[in-house]
Amino acid sequence: MTSVEFRKDIFADERDDTLKEIGKPTIRQDILGHVTGRTRYFDDHLFDGLLHMRAVRSPHHHARIRRIDTDAAGRMPGVRRVVTARDVPVNLNTLLSLINFGRDDEPLCAHDKVRYLGETVAWIIADTERQARDAVAAVRVEYELLPHVLDVEEALKPGAPVVNEVYPNNTFDYHDKYDHQKLRFGDVNAGFARADHIVEAEYQMSPIEQAPIETCGAIAAPEQNGRFVCHTNTQALFFSLGTTAKLLNIASSRLHFIGGTAGGGFGGKVDSIVEPTAVLGAMLTGKPVKFAWDRYEEMQVGAPRGGERWRIKDGVMRDGRIVARQFTGFFDSGAYMRLSPYAIIKGTGHLPGPYSIPNVSSNVYCVVTNRTPATAMRGFGITAVDFSIECHMDRVAEVVGMNPIDLRILNAYRDGDMKAHRRRAKNTALIECCQVAAGKADWAISPDSAAASSLRGGGVGERGEIPETVTDDEGRVGERRAGRTADTAPATRGTGRIAAGQASAAVGAVPVQNPDMEIEVERIGHRIAAAQGAPAAAPRATAPGTATPPRADTPAYAPPPAYAPPPAAPPASAAPPPPGSYQPDQPFSRGVNRPGTSRFLSGTRRR
Amino acid sequence: MMAGIPLTFLLNGAEIGVFVDPGANLLDVLRRGAGDLTPKQGCAQGGCGSCTVLIDGAPHLACLTLAQNVAGRRIDTTAALATGPDLHPLQQAFMEGFAAQCGFCTAGMLMAAKALLDRVPDPSRDEVIEAISGNLCRCTGYEPIVDAILTASARMQGRSA
Amino acid sequence: MNLTVETFPTLRDAAGAVGDKARYLGGGTLLMRAVNYGDKAVERIVISREVDRSVRSEGQGVRIGAGATMADVLAAGDLAMLHPVARMVGGPAVRNMATVGGNLFAAAPYGDMATAFLALEATVQMADGQSLPIESFLSGRARMRGLVAAVIVPRVDPATFRWKKVSQIKPKGVSMLSIAAVLRGAGRVDEARIAFGSMGPTPLRAKAAEQALRGCAPDAAGIAPALAVCCDGLHPVDDELATAWYRRAVAPVHLKRLLLGVQ
Repeated sequence: MTSVEFRKDIFADERDDTLKEIGKPTIRQDILGHVTGRTRYFDDHLFDGLLHMRAVRSPHHHARIRRIDTDAAGRMPGVRRVVTARDVPVNLNTLLSLINFGRDDEPLCAHDKVRYLGETVAWIIADTERQARDAVAAVRVEYELLPHVLDVEEALKPGAPVVNEVYPNNTFDYHDKYDHQKLRFGDVNAGFARADHIVEAEYQMSPIEQAPIETCGAIAAPEQNGRFVCHTNTQALFFSLGTTAKLLNIASSRLHFIGGTAGGGFGGKVDSIVEPTAVLGAMLTGKPVKFAWDRYEEMQVGAPRGGERWRIKDGVMRDGRIVARQFTGFFDSGAYMRLSPYAIIKGTGHLPGPYSIPNVSSNVYCVVTNRTPATAMRGFGITAVDFSIECHMDRVAEVVGMNPIDLRILNAYRDGDMKAHRRRAKNTALIECCQVAAGKADWAISPDSAAASSLRGGGVGERGEIPETVTDDEGRVGERRAGRTADTAPATRGTGRIAAGQASAAVGAVPVQNPDMEIEVERIGHRIAAAQGAPAAAPRATAPGTATPPRADTPAYAPPPAYAPPPAAPPASAAPPPPGSYQPDQPFSRGVNRPGTSRFLSGTRRR
Repeated sequence: MMAGIPLTFLLNGAEIGVFVDPGANLLDVLRRGAGDLTPKQGCAQGGCGSCTVLIDGAPHLACLTLAQNVAGRRIDTTAALATGPDLHPLQQAFMEGFAAQCGFCTAGMLMAAKALLDRVPDPSRDEVIEAISGNLCRCTGYEPIVDAILTASARMQGRSA
Repeated sequence: MNLTVETFPTLRDAAGAVGDKARYLGGGTLLMRAVNYGDKAVERIVISREVDRSVRSEGQGVRIGAGATMADVLAAGDLAMLHPVARMVGGPAVRNMATVGGNLFAAAPYGDMATAFLALEATVQMADGQSLPIESFLSGRARMRGLVAAVIVPRVDPATFRWKKVSQIKPKGVSMLSIAAVLRGAGRVDEARIAFGSMGPTPLRAKAAEQALRGCAPDAAGIAPALAVCCDGLHPVDDELATAWYRRAVAPVHLKRLLLGVQ
């Protein structure tokens, strides 16, 4: 067996070695199924009369759809149903609407425009996969080509084609204020002014396809009592269930999602596209329907980790201390936002990396281009910037003429240090990692480096304090496209100051899209929603100022009589919780049987 | 609607008969026609190896095999590795050695490994690597799989792993 | 469109059925891939019950039945020279399926064995009895109707044959480019045959480089003129593996390593 070395000497007093499982190799609970071939992947469920659904896809990066002619395809042997955008009950969504973040910007099926090569413009459902492929090839689509943009900085220029009308500046609007996510900590420009060296470089990542051996796919079928079962390899079963409920305007209680086993995901199975598609197919045909990507689709259409471009500028003292670090980052989100806006906030919280740097600033852009929409992959939002940071540390070491490990240990964060996002560092271990790695590689480090510890020296004096911070107002939504802001890097001159010691102001929670998505505090026991000031009663259906197109455009879905949804259950708030037995102030505890609530429900509930 | 073509072959030692469409590949016939879900479809183009089965003892890619061409031949899949409640030494070694994570490549890897050990009971590390060179894995990094195959071969020879 | 499968008793009969949308099934490694993806160019699959997997001496060469698989080549001592080529085709399963005959028709970037045959100046025997030098076969294969019955490989001193497959994935993997070379001469190159794979629609001879090598010392200075012209007559294209620009840039590097015997 491949050996793993446990360095239990490090942070030994923080560890309990009497644990039964942690720290010991344990045979995976699912591996018996894997080696006997009994593990059930989504496609390992046999259905009589299974139909096959395949997508008609755009061959263009960016084009208006003039006409879709499915007549010939519809008459081909084995074809049961042609499905178009009109068949999708709610044909606009964004994954992040599940957590009240961002605007609905992506149709399940394109109708007026295609925005990336491979986007779905229609589907065919047929008896066999071959018949479905043949019919897909027979669908005639008339396109009017539009200019396209495939580079993040080109997309930000005033004349760039507008990729996605929901975000007409080709960027996500952060906090409805700026076309990028800002991070400001201290005063980087003052830091650069006093630094002995300035080290600048640019790092470029390609999009990376997760390429699991099993492609994305789902099989959906009508089940008893007006429900649909869906076998899926999603990594995010509740994302997929919630997204399906919203797109198909169906109560989540009518969806029976079975997942749990993916033949590899690595982040590529979170976008929840195949599930709503398969369930739609089952709804429209009344039969089991399989919708799965083939290997070409997995590569071309399946969302990759988006390409990123990072510029890092460090101000470094002669002795190797980095006193200022500035980032300009561009995420290529592709044609739709999906999870990218969230990734940038996650990445921003990560900056400036595992180092204690007194002045940090960052502008990160979530850019829309005509590329395949991007999604998560291993270390979502972090890997590219970490790669850039570590390459940059080596460059800095070269400039100051210092051992790159010594440089890292010198600048490493330690327990108690104030991080740029205004939280104290805890459980830091970069120093120990560097020491062990250097030892393994027979790489000499200085005695000071060898003696350093994450537990000592952190949080002392300025290291533990929030400095006075220079802020700026550059890059407001729309300014860049109007030609009034050209530079993407953080401003060289500030316009405001936040006093030392002050953490950021609290941000109010974004109102939910519709009452169905409201978090019911008394059900889950969390006070987060209430603390953030979210309205306790059902809010307005849409937040003010959003550009979500009215849903009236899409004809309401009229289910066939056999699938009429069951009568709406009375709202739960009508029944008062039994007095005395449940304390909403206690933290939520899974498995606790709270009187008045079903043990199978928690958090969001749709009626 | 065309009537299927009758096809009989030996599957894991038992004779079975199915009806297949002309042009159907063996993978689809095994999974849908014969109900043996152990070989997997990863690419349908011969690149990943997750559909590896043994035909007359030699590894083949079921996705690229015309089903009609296996009439009367002997097909072995992962479903027949464990005879009875006990696992085959390969399966045991994979389990203990973390030689599977998502498990999707595992059936194909086991077939490639079995084909090797049937011919070369005491392979070198290089021979093991060559034997699985047609099987892609995105999870384990291959080393645990190679180690497990070597462990299994040692045990099958009565040597300690 | 439903597929049909037609089985014929002899290769010659099957050859008559091969046509526009009717393709012969050899090992299936290329045809079944097209079938799986619903390739509209395939409507009929043609099978012959007569399959020749034999390997035997014939005249000055070794005759390989078109139905011989890469595994059959690896099992034939007479074809030891071709083992490095066969060993790098796919993985063990693909080698149990892929045939020599199929490789002759494989479009770039496949066709490693055909590239080796080109450098060895093999002869292609058709099912209808015709014999073609491999170069003619390859240049005319896009318009070819008919089937290959066997390939005759001249016996050459194994020490004169060299093979290099350049791919991202090792040991298996599709060739980004491949080079087969036969170099005759002691102390200097008397005669050279150099064939490139994946540098054009079929394997192609680098005849300008062959000419430039004549009489040269087999050292860096001696082969430099040949390297400078090694892409003459080649037509690399952009594909998923590499661009034409990249292929042209690295072809002389790989040829140099092959000729000088370095890794």
